[in-house]
Amino acid sequence: MVSEIGIVIIEYLKWFKGVIFLFIDIFYWIVFGPFKGKFSRRQSIFQQMVFVGLRSIIIVVFVDIFTGIVLAMQTAYQLQKMGAVLYVASLVAISLCRELSPVLTALVVAGRAGSAISAELGTMKVTEQIEALETMAINPTRFLVVPRFLALLLMLPALTILGNLAGILGGYLVGTGSLHINPDLYMQTTFKYLELKDIYTGLIKSFAFGMIIALIGCYEGLNTRGGAEGVGKATTRSVVISFILIILVDCIITAIFYFSKI
Amino acid sequence: MSVKECKAESIISLRNVSKFFQGKTVIDDVNLDIYCGETFVIMGCSGSGKSTLLRLMTGAIRPDKGSVALKGRDIAKISSEELDEVRKTFGMTFQYSALLDSLNVEENIALPLREHTQLAEEIIKIIIKMKLSLVGLRGYEEYYPSQISGGMRKRVGLARAIALDPEIVFYDEPTSGLDPVVGGVIDKLIKDLSVKLMITSVVVTHDMHSVFEIADRISMIHKGKVVEVGTPEDIRNSKNEYIRQFINGSPSGPIDFFREDIGMEDVLDL
Repeated sequence: MVSEIGIVIIEYLKWFKGVIFLFIDIFYWIVFGPFKGKFSRRQSIFQQMVFVGLRSIIIVVFVDIFTGIVLAMQTAYQLQKMGAVLYVASLVAISLCRELSPVLTALVVAGRAGSAISAELGTMKVTEQIEALETMAINPTRFLVVPRFLALLLMLPALTILGNLAGILGGYLVGTGSLHINPDLYMQTTFKYLELKDIYTGLIKSFAFGMIIALIGCYEGLNTRGGAEGVGKATTRSVVISFILIILVDCIITAIFYFSKI
Repeated sequence: MSVKECKAESIISLRNVSKFFQGKTVIDDVNLDIYCGETFVIMGCSGSGKSTLLRLMTGAIRPDKGSVALKGRDIAKISSEELDEVRKTFGMTFQYSALLDSLNVEENIALPLREHTQLAEEIIKIIIKMKLSLVGLRGYEEYYPSQISGGMRKRVGLARAIALDPEIVFYDEPTSGLDPVVGGVIDKLIKDLSVKLMITSVVVTHDMHSVFEIADRISMIHKGKVVEVGTPEDIRNSKNEYIRQFINGSPSGPIDFFREDIGMEDVLDL
């Protein structure tokens, strides 16, 4: 029993070590790569940005509009009792920008792009493509991981901003359509209470989530073993681990902001 | 430099090389010398350790004991940057060709050129055309690996392996999974390349037809040990029971699949 627990703990530590090493490797290639004249090709970074960012816009907007609508209705239900329906506007905006939009966008992108990254790299691993790159003296981290990492790091905050707007639009639809708040008043209330820090705390979160999705997706992909089944397992693991880490890190960052009064 | 002159020096030498996986000996005290310009075939059953031996020579894995020297440099002891430098001097083809799916034929062959040279795009295009005509695939530049047949993929892999004009090319099962005619084409290509470009070829295979077709020298591996090394003539006339059984493909003999633990490599997915 004790030895079994020990084995599990050692497995987790090994996994953690592997992820940290990959992170250091990525960092090395981003920071020192350009000085050695060896940086990821711009073309492949743009390709990944299109895949991760552009192609996720519709689904992100969709999710955040409906979240905005639901949030507006649920808060209106409570605020109506106090006769403070107008504050639906600021409540929707602040809770979306600080919390819901970064987290939901990250979850959507983890499910869509994170899984695709693991499946692609996993297939490359089991069909010897990664080994072929190494034999050609092309570092897989530089060639495959860094473009995906940078794409997620840049595109996830951008998608989050889009999600913020979509969510506010959702709240606006409910507020003006069903709660009969004057449209001008709704927007005024939204921006009166929404501060810049609400937006950038959300963006800081989404930077962290972007790193998590890329790191876990790439690590699980590169460490795939054993054929098609292995690719399936790696993909599932990458999504599950990303989800858990996103929620965990969200909690930690929120706590830090809360206790440091940001 | 003529081929004859070149043959005197050993370009790859393995000294007392051993490799263990999870306590099992996969490569057991192997000594091998491969000479410049020759086509050296490593044959053996699945799981005999021949692919592991190839991976030791390319630096994909490092030996637990002994030394692997490529052109006099022990690749087991050098840093990964130095290893990358050595890797630029050899090419490798893979069992399933291992072309990058996301790139087309032209981009696949261009990859090592774009990564490791400062050549202008026009020159790269010319080199690609040259390499593709060497393997008989001019006109297939725009195709993706998923759109061409297995034999064609292997030939594109070969074109990629020789893109940087290497001194050594490693072939991992070049004819496995191909029909006899395409297999023959690949054999001819390997021979042609070693003659025309004076490339040292190291071929891992268990395709007996191909072995006698291409080899200058053959070594037989069994359970991580070198059973015998010799010319095709030596091997054909060998009295060694392992070799006799392997050549004839008979199920009974000293190589007993039902009693021995086969496929250390299969288990470890190497």
